[in-house]
Order: sequence, then C-alpha cells, then structure tokens
Amino acid sequence: MISLESKNLGKWFGPRKIFEEIDFSLPDKGSLVITGKNGSGKTTLLKILCGLIRPTQGQVLIRHDGKNLTTDESRNLFGLVMPDLELYAELTALENLSFLSRIRGVIPAPEDLKKIITRVGLEGRENDFVFSYSSGMKQRLKYAFALFHEPDILLLDEPTANLDDEGIELAEEIISLQKEKGVLIIATNRKEDFEYGDKILQLGS
Amino acid sequence: MFWKIVLLIWMSVVIVAIFLLPPPQLQLGEVSRIFFFHVPMAWVAVLAFLLSFIYSILYLREKDLIYDNRAKTAARLGLLFTVLATISGSIFAKAGWGSFWNWDPRETSIFILLLIYGAYFALRSAVDSEEKEASLSSVYAILAFLTVPFLVFVIPRVYQSLHPNDSVISSSLRLQMSPAILITFLASMIGFTGLFVWIFKLETRVNRLMDESKEG
Amino acid sequence: MEIKSSNWVVKPVWILFKDLKSEMRNRYALNTIVMFALTTLTVVSFSIGGFSLNSRITSSLFWLVIFFSSMSGLAQVFVKEEESKTVNLLKLTASPGTVLVGKLLFNLVLLLVLEVVIVPLFIIWMNLSILNLPLFFAVLLLGSLGLVCSTTIIAAIISKSHIKGALLAVLSFPILLPLLIAGIDGTRLSLESHDFSAGFGDLGLLGSYVVVMFTASILLFDFVWNE
Repeated sequence: MISLESKNLGKWFGPRKIFEEIDFSLPDKGSLVITGKNGSGKTTLLKILCGLIRPTQGQVLIRHDGKNLTTDESRNLFGLVMPDLELYAELTALENLSFLSRIRGVIPAPEDLKKIITRVGLEGRENDFVFSYSSGMKQRLKYAFALFHEPDILLLDEPTANLDDEGIELAEEIISLQKEKGVLIIATNRKEDFEYGDKILQLGS
Repeated sequence: MFWKIVLLIWMSVVIVAIFLLPPPQLQLGEVSRIFFFHVPMAWVAVLAFLLSFIYSILYLREKDLIYDNRAKTAARLGLLFTVLATISGSIFAKAGWGSFWNWDPRETSIFILLLIYGAYFALRSAVDSEEKEASLSSVYAILAFLTVPFLVFVIPRVYQSLHPNDSVISSSLRLQMSPAILITFLASMIGFTGLFVWIFKLETRVNRLMDESKEG
Repeated sequence: MEIKSSNWVVKPVWILFKDLKSEMRNRYALNTIVMFALTTLTVVSFSIGGFSLNSRITSSLFWLVIFFSSMSGLAQVFVKEEESKTVNLLKLTASPGTVLVGKLLFNLVLLLVLEVVIVPLFIIWMNLSILNLPLFFAVLLLGSLGLVCSTTIIAAIISKSHIKGALLAVLSFPILLPLLIAGIDGTRLSLESHDFSAGFGDLGLLGSYVVVMFTASILLFDFVWNE
C-alpha cells in the first residue's frame, strides 16, 4: 500500500515565487491532474514530488504500509515521463533500458526487455541509436524507461506530447492501468486528460 | 557604539606605539616596524578563511542563507586582508631578502590563499540561483580548507632548500622579542582582530538588509 | 527472472561501462585530452631542443603537461550529462554515492589512458633516464588518483555553473597544489636516486591526500548533486 502526501510545498527561484502552500494527499490507486498556465510550476512540482529538486518549504511524504520512506528507499518507486528528461542519445534503446535498470540494482532479463519494447511499439528499432529516433519514438522510449521497473507512483508531464494516434491510445492504456495499480499524477493542459484524475489541482490561480 | 569607540582609541594608540615604542631592529632598521602590521593582517586573513570554512559547514547543515551570507562576507574580508598582507609582506621581503618576491614558504602560503579566494569568487559569480551559489561555494570552501594541512607539510619540504638562510628575519625577531616589542605586537593583534570583527558584523548586516529590501 | 546487483561496488561499474561505451562512440573527452597533451608536449620538447634539463625542471614540466591536459577533459563526465539533459536519469535511478564513484572510475581510466600515451613520449622526447622506476610509477599512480578525486567533485560543481569551460582549471589549481608539489618532488627523486625509501615522504603525502579528498568528496557530493 503506497501513499503520497504533499505538505505545504512551496518553491521560490531566488526572489520569484513559483507556488506555495500546495497541500494534497493521494492514497493508493489515487490519481491527480495538475494543470495551470505555462510557467505556473507544473513541471517543478512534479520534480519536487519525485525528489529531483528540493522544495523551498514544506515536504513530500511517501508512505509504504504506513511507514515513511527516505529518498533512497523511495527512488525506485517512481516512474517519470517528462520533456526535460532525455535518454542517452549515443546508446541504443536496449542499452539505455539495460543500463538504467542495472544502476537501479536489477540486471534485466532479455525477455523482459523485449516485452517492454514491444509494449511501447518500438520492436525492430530497439538496436538503433536513440539519436536516430523521432520525437514520438523518444516519447515511447521514455514510457518504456518509466514503466520498466513497474513503479508504484507514475508521474507524467504532458503524457501525449509528440505522440501519434496510436501512441495516444498507448498512453491512455498505461494511464488506466496505473490507476488500478498505484498512484498516478499527470501534469497537463489538455482538457481531454482532465478525466484521468480523481482530483484536479489548479496552479497559479 | 561603546566598543567601537574603544576600538578607535585602541587602534590609534597601537599605530602610534608601533612607530615609537619598539626599538628599530638591528639589521633592518625602521623598516622592521612593518612587522607589526604585516603579521596581524596575515593572521586576520587566516582567521577569515577559518570562519568562512565554519560558516560553509553550518550552511550545508542548516540550509539557512544567513550562514552563506556570513561565509561570503568572511571570504571577502579575507581576500582584502590577504592582499594587504601580501603587499606588506612584499615590502618586508624587499628589506629583509633584497627582492619583493622569493617564494619562501610563507609567501607561497599567502599566495595560495589568494588563489583560493579568487577561485571562490569566480565560482560564486558563475552560478545563477542563490541557493545553488550558496551550496556550491560552501562545498568548494570546505574542499579548499582541507588542503591547508597538506600545504603546511608539503611547502617547507620543497622550498626550504631554496632558502637555506631564510631565517634572517624570524630568528632575529625571536631573539629580540623584548617586552616592548611583545606588548606592541599583541596589542596590534588584538586591534586588528577587533577591526575585523567590527567590519564583519557591519558587512553581514548590510548584506542582510540588501537581501530583505530585494524581497520586500 | 531478476538478479539483484544492489551491491554498491557493482553499480558504479555499470556507470563506468556506460561512460566508456559513450566515449568510444563519441570521443567527448579522450580526443581533446590526448591532443592537448600532445600539443603541449610538442611545444615543450621543441623549445628545449637538444638541451638536457635538470631533474627539477623536467619533473615540473611533466606534471604541468598532465595537469593541463586533465583540465581540458575531466570535466566532461558531469558537463556532458548536464548538457544532454540526462542528469535526471541518473538522479532517478542511482544514489549520489554510486554516481560519484562511477564518474571517478571513468575519469581515472581516462587519465591512465592519457598517461599510457604521454609518458613514453615524454621519456623519449625529453631524453629522460629514470633511475628509480618503481618510485616513478608509484608517484604517478598515487598522483593520478588524487588528481581524479579532486577534479571529479569540482567537475560536478562547475557542471552546475553557467561558465563550465574555463572554470575547472581555476577551481582545481589551488586544491591540487599540494598534490602537484608532492608529485613534482617525488618524480624528481625518482630521476635522481636509486633509493626507493627517499620517496616515502612524498608518497605518504600523496596517499593521505587521496584518502582525505576521497572521503570529503563522498561526504560533500550530495550537496552538489542535488542542487
């Protein structure tokens, strides 16, 4: 049983305030949509939630069966898809996934790698260098990276960016699956995506 | 207010005493009086370095920008006093050894301190966000301070051989530390330390007020 | 089937392998660092011509070539991750300690490769006769370790700044000075005497420098990495 709580989060960049007093709590199988204008801090908030940057005030609590987890313990619970997050362009898709899984602490089995590659629709291209990928294919590979370790908490920033119709279907399928499995947080401005969240958090209003 | 006046009187008396009280040193003559300015300046430069190190550790532990402000101020004053100590030391060296710069162990140490302060401020000006600047420069200040014990060991090993008779000044001074010299010297040390503390407090207050006015 | 490799000794090695693979394909650092070393060495060697220098000057030149060549390439480990926006991948998947040790290993390999190229050339072009080979290599190895320990964490620091390029040499030089001085002295001794024990002082200094800088890096890296 996993849960995520944001307590009084606030972030300043120097004297510029991005947001403050963000409070919410998500139980297992809970989902949240974060929306707001460009520059309202959607991506920043996602980064704070998964520990990539520190909040100026407040804290994020990740609980597993009621026990608070440290940053080290919660690292492998997160899956993240974000425009800011690029994969290694000089490695192939398979090398990327294999390396990232290894430093998580798991040596991946070839059949698992094959399964995830097929799932995101990149079969046949898995041995190509990522720099030869189109932006849509990169987005699919980001999904593969985010899902490969079966995360309990999935954070998606603009989940359908650069995807074709088939890709959007894939994203939707991933989203509805995650809602049954664990916590889901989506940052988006697409009205169609709002229905994925049990709650909606409006930033910068 | 009260102790600022005390400091003013103290420093005035010390400066006058430096020129009147101790007898001129035998080989060097009147030039030797610069010793009473040079050593306290060098001492303050090192003290500022130590303070900057301590406040950097405090910043990393507490993440409170007040400590970073103090570390930065200490470093800035440290830089000032290092430059002063280098110049006064150079003049002293010209009189003692015949040239302004000899790479003797003490000159080397103070020069390295100068380089460290320079690098520290180069780093500070190369970072955009305030918290980032504070963390990175704190880490750098701590790393720099950790090299000091090595320098203490390594510099004499290599440079002693270049100046086998570098002790003209130090040995003669040690021998001639008469009460008049000792008292003037200690008074000057106290005076300069007080001066440093005063400027330090003033500067940190100015910085804090500037930060507050930026926010408000 | 899952095989756990949670051991902290193994994980940094994966980072090393990844960086080596990238390096083989793109040569971000190696070409620069080796060409820089060759250029400096050529300049030095040309200007000296047929003269034979005393051992103090030779050993200083030797460490100068190594210092400036490392400055041209060792920052890449972090700067490249930052510039290609892949830094967050590492943050999401590995602990700071794992990353630091992995990057340290990569920089060490890079520096050792450089030395394999540069040391024989230096010996031939400068007409060196090394009287004490074990001491020479002991000083070189410990010196390289220390150099890598200090430059790797400083590389992490400058990867977060907006100047990056020139800053590494500026920030590293004061920190590396004790190491360079001890290294130069140790190398000089290896050129002058057959007696290994003459170098104990310098080796001790280099060894403790490595220990102190490695420990400090591990303790401080968190503050740099998560900034």
